[in-house]
Amino acid sequence: MSEKLSREDLARLVAKDIQPGSFVNLGIGQPTSVSNYLTAEQDITLHTENGMLGMGPEAHGDEIDQDLINAGKVPVTEVPGASYFHHADSFAMMRGGHLDVCVLGAFQVSASGDLANWHTGAPDAIPAVGGAMDLATGAKDVYVMMSLFAKDGTPKLVQECSYPLTGVGCVTRVYTNDAVFLLTPDGVRVRETFGTTLEELQSKMDIKLLPPTE
Amino acid sequence: MAKFAATAQDAVAGIQDGATVLIGGFGNAGQPMELIDALMDCGATDLTVVNNNAGQADAGLALLIKERRVKKIICSFPRQSDSWHFDTAYRAGEIELELVPQGNLAERIRAAGAGIGGFFTPTGYGTMLAEGKETRVIDGKGYVLESPIYGDVALVKALTADKKGNLVYRKTARNFGPIMAAAAKKSIVQVSGIVETGQLDPEVIVTPGIYVDTVVEIAPQAAEGEAH
Repeated sequence: MSEKLSREDLARLVAKDIQPGSFVNLGIGQPTSVSNYLTAEQDITLHTENGMLGMGPEAHGDEIDQDLINAGKVPVTEVPGASYFHHADSFAMMRGGHLDVCVLGAFQVSASGDLANWHTGAPDAIPAVGGAMDLATGAKDVYVMMSLFAKDGTPKLVQECSYPLTGVGCVTRVYTNDAVFLLTPDGVRVRETFGTTLEELQSKMDIKLLPPTE
Repeated sequence: MAKFAATAQDAVAGIQDGATVLIGGFGNAGQPMELIDALMDCGATDLTVVNNNAGQADAGLALLIKERRVKKIICSFPRQSDSWHFDTAYRAGEIELELVPQGNLAERIRAAGAGIGGFFTPTGYGTMLAEGKETRVIDGKGYVLESPIYGDVALVKALTADKKGNLVYRKTARNFGPIMAAAAKKSIVQVSGIVETGQLDPEVIVTPGIYVDTVVEIAPQAAEGEAH
């Protein structure tokens, strides 16, 4: 593709890649926007870790019910076939490998799939982890959505994370505005690029990139 | 056998200084606001509080923290845009924080109610939150040993109780309620309504009355007014 992906196009691409019939948890922030592009035909069931499967879109106006919120504490709706359960069941379902996909944001991802997304490591920061470590650990596939480069131009897909880890070896794919990366046992494989080339990316990154497979 | 209290103040009477108090709720959903206010009024201090968060705005748990009645909080997500009372207490070194991943927090509470002495969980393995903890590799995957979190008291909000103390909840307000009710020596539940025994379908009861010690009815209008 000839241009970098917009945030919307990136969300659209992630949505398209989720297999029909999947059970999916979308993290707070950019990953939440993926839900805007899931189609009825895909028949995706959304999980929210505060105890619900079958979460519908954000609630507005009269739909708002303070007893029906998502993990970001935003009022949401329920779709037919929804179910509720307590917190321990909700995380057991995640930890037990029953969710197909979890989509998360990240500060850094390592070539071996380590994830850093909960703490900048700043010594004076008040730490808060929420469900980040559980989400990283549980799903069959963990997709990360992030910009490939930090504001200062340093890559965020790295040999080893410098930020405190959220999970070890858990990320399977990284979706960025520049390229999609598959984290495989062979190494980091570029699936596709947007407005750049594998060679150009390689020149800006410190990890070895493998070309797309046919 | 569940007892029925006339007021939230009566329901929380007897909570001792130094108690570990499990408080249900995720955001405002399922937060037993009137019971927390009554805990504030009853004067108990030196508390260890277990909650997902560390209080929001100028209400409930945030006020307990503001008044320095909480010596330690065990939670997953203390830092929020409106957690200023916790932030101030924490930066002043006047509250101890045990930060626990949310799923580990839930499972540790569940374990306490279920008589489990500890469990190996993959969550947190290889991170700074597992530092100093026993780890084990089982079938090639790393796990961390976590311990149960018992409460002296649980404060829980449910939708409806019957006269046996059986409880049903409403939507995502269920969250930590059922596991906290089971994990405390004494569980105190505020409900929006009480019905006669037999009026709740046994198939839909979420928390059986065996886990419930004290029930107090708080009219939902009042509850909503407080929550906003």
